[in-house]
Amino acid sequence: MELHSAGENALILYLGDSASPAVSTRVQAAAVAVEAALGADLIDLVPSYASLLIIYDPMATDHLAVRARVRACLATLAETAAEEGRCVVLPVYYHPEAGEDLEALAQRAGLSVDEVIAAHSGCEYRVYAIGFAPGFAYLGQVDERIAAPRLATPRQRVPRGAVAIADRQTAVYPAASPGGWNLVGRCPVRMFDPAAQPAMPVAVGDRVRFEPIDRARYLALGGEL
Amino acid sequence: MSLRVTQPGVLALLQDRGRFGQHRLGLTNGGPLDPTAFAWCNRLLQNPADATCVEVSFGGLHLEAGVDTSICLTGANMPLAINERECEPWEVHPVRAGDSIALGFAERGCRAYLGVAGGFEIPPSFGSAATVTREQIGGLHGGKLQAGDLLPCATRRDCQRLYLSAEQRPHYSSVATLRVIPGYQDHHFSRLQQRRLFSHAYAVSARSDRMGYRLEGPAIACDIDGILSEGICAGAIQIPPDGQPIVLLNDRQTIGGYPKIGSALSLDCAQLAQLTPGGAVYFAPITPYAAHNALHLARSYFNSQTVAERKP
Repeated sequence: MELHSAGENALILYLGDSASPAVSTRVQAAAVAVEAALGADLIDLVPSYASLLIIYDPMATDHLAVRARVRACLATLAETAAEEGRCVVLPVYYHPEAGEDLEALAQRAGLSVDEVIAAHSGCEYRVYAIGFAPGFAYLGQVDERIAAPRLATPRQRVPRGAVAIADRQTAVYPAASPGGWNLVGRCPVRMFDPAAQPAMPVAVGDRVRFEPIDRARYLALGGEL
Repeated sequence: MSLRVTQPGVLALLQDRGRFGQHRLGLTNGGPLDPTAFAWCNRLLQNPADATCVEVSFGGLHLEAGVDTSICLTGANMPLAINERECEPWEVHPVRAGDSIALGFAERGCRAYLGVAGGFEIPPSFGSAATVTREQIGGLHGGKLQAGDLLPCATRRDCQRLYLSAEQRPHYSSVATLRVIPGYQDHHFSRLQQRRLFSHAYAVSARSDRMGYRLEGPAIACDIDGILSEGICAGAIQIPPDGQPIVLLNDRQTIGGYPKIGSALSLDCAQLAQLTPGGAVYFAPITPYAAHNALHLARSYFNSQTVAERKP
């Protein structure tokens, strides 16, 4: 565990140096503990793969006091078991008409399209981080066989709901945006809806499983093609 | 009751102090690039410190008042005219329904703040009215102001005509020195590379915006190519593989995987954001203690300033 300066009112806590469920669990536990320890002096937290950015109110406290409070609350961390994140099931319509790169990805992997779908939907992912855009959740780890590098030329527009793979990460695009990930399907659930409460179906630390659905079900759930 | 946008100019955005505590949804801060000028605008108008103003970048915003109220312009030196009569910035001016309000283009600086008595009445999204165009969140419709937009505000006829004397107003130049708190991956930059950053002038690139200011100058090399994506605080100085620093500002992405050498002081980021492409930037390292003191001194200085009232 290392605690570094990040800025005039920010410290960054490193809880490991690689992405793994164990490290992510520690990040989650640290986020809960730091939030409780800093209370109203905390402005924001950014949990990620192996780190936690802690932003505090510099008018109410200072970096020495925050360092001391963070260290103190982490000293007892090992004893408190981290809460296991919820498991969220997201339906996905896997088909070349919904995932433009599905066939190319299967060919590259030496698998059939059905095998790619089985590999992508056959395991549970963890939400390692949220960022890039509102509601963009980085999920890992994707089965090595279907891991695929980003496209050489990113698309100008990836539709909302696109389910995509980049290296061993996967994600559902929360809004239409440019993007270079490999598209394998579409999810009718909105990953970010400012009008909904909560605005996102998942949080960092949650687990996600993808459930294959057919075209009719996708459309019935409000999906668009 | 409102002010109507008759000409939007280059980039005009409704901003309050910013959106905080929402990074876990991936939402960034937004808010004024120059918080000091923004704070003066609301203070002169006797508004709450978080009241919503319009941040005008470069200039060219024209409005028509649909209500009797008062306005104030602070920040970059942008000519202000009410009914084609030139008016002093950093001063509260009454306007009547039907009056035209026109901003010219910045002669010095880049960001100005146009406020109204009581603030613009914008319903908050995720706790703030701040507009972030990349996220399409905040303001009236998540985007920059457009011709025909109505900026809601109340009738106010009792606003004191406060002003800040010319000597007290900030000066905007074409040079900014950024005090930097070393941190993040600073240990992955050799002493030579750190000295290079702290001893050369960099120029503001044309590819600079509210997300970040890209700088051009001697390339800074890092021992590592990338890192596991991690949280990015305001002012963080990111060094991508080409070695050209990017100072990340209010609309930055909340996480990223490029190494960072430290973060610039917010007070100096405000000066940076007042630069236009070609402006010169220097870096100077400071300790977290000095940064903390600088923030408190600036707050104390702001609070200790007295303002005068214009008597008709």
